[in-house]
Amino acid sequence: MKASFYRYMLAAFAAAAMAAAGVAHAQVDAAKSSIVATSKQMNVPVDGKFTKFTAQISFDPAKPTAGSAQFTIDVASYDLGDKEYNQQVAGKDWFDAKTYPSATFVSSAIAPAGGNKYNVSGKLTIKGKSQNVVVPVTVTQQGATQVFDGALPIKRSAFDVGTGEWKDTSVVADDVTIKFHIVAAAKKG
Amino acid sequence: MLAMQTKRQPSFATPNGYTRIAIAFHWAIALLIVSGFTIGWIMTRIPGFTPEKLRYFSWHKWIGVTAFALALARILWRLTHEAPPLPPGMSAWQRTAANAVHGLLYLLMIAVPVTGYLYSSAANVPVVYLGLIPLPRIIDPNPEWKAILKTAHITLDYGLGVLVLAHVAAALKHQWIDRDKLLARMIPFLK
Repeated sequence: MKASFYRYMLAAFAAAAMAAAGVAHAQVDAAKSSIVATSKQMNVPVDGKFTKFTAQISFDPAKPTAGSAQFTIDVASYDLGDKEYNQQVAGKDWFDAKTYPSATFVSSAIAPAGGNKYNVSGKLTIKGKSQNVVVPVTVTQQGATQVFDGALPIKRSAFDVGTGEWKDTSVVADDVTIKFHIVAAAKKG
Repeated sequence: MLAMQTKRQPSFATPNGYTRIAIAFHWAIALLIVSGFTIGWIMTRIPGFTPEKLRYFSWHKWIGVTAFALALARILWRLTHEAPPLPPGMSAWQRTAANAVHGLLYLLMIAVPVTGYLYSSAANVPVVYLGLIPLPRIIDPNPEWKAILKTAHITLDYGLGVLVLAHVAAALKHQWIDRDKLLARMIPFLK
């Protein structure tokens, strides 16, 4: 509790400082952006969309290493296109959304990977389990709009997503791909 | 020697019999219809979702795709190979009913898997045949079409179920009441 309060204060302070300094801060367009996690059921790719998430992105192609990204995803918003399935996936065996309402990604470093490609290192936390990941991101600049695209393959078992009878990966595979398309308008924060 | 030869099933249609291919189509599709219907019945009664349910859904779809392919081939075979005539003892209305049921059975052999496949596409779950071959998604995910196709698929399933029961009942009537040996045309060892 204390730690999270401290973190909150730090974030608030940082935000205030950035606002005061007028740091370029991208405004994510939620309607145009999407985060989709694709699982494989008996080899059938099944898409589910996280309909609620927030993101703070600050990225300047001239100074890529100074950039940062932070995502908070509401796991209960995972939409498989079926109410009953959505409820189930929010449940204890899968996301356990009551105990762990959000999944987060916090970048720690951005490295150019040639052209408009970048490798974004950071910590991905799902269901209270953290993993260090490197996310390949392609950035396209369209006027004042920045578009970030990429796909991150993960193992659901590393995050305890799918426990009990779902631990068996013969029906739902361990490999899950998180695909994102983030549209952000560069804006003075 | 000669007797044995005359006993052998001909591979082409005779006035009183179906071709061996037609018999094979009939029983293969009969088995697929019964198993597909049974698995469909069981899987849709499992609440929420469980590994078994997902497995059954996949099996159900594989059965449907197989049945569809066989039904197409069967119809092609039927169009190029005349079926033996109905037994002479049947009245006009019975002939009409028999022809209507057979026609509708062929129609639903196609319509049931097609609506199921489209329902799967509309629900954004593509079909990967036998877990190996990804089949094309014919229509885009669409919640409205998903609801319509679900209803259509289920309604046609029950329609097919009723027709199959009528078909079986008629065959048994021919066997036990009319005793016209009609069933032996489809079950050669009954002879």
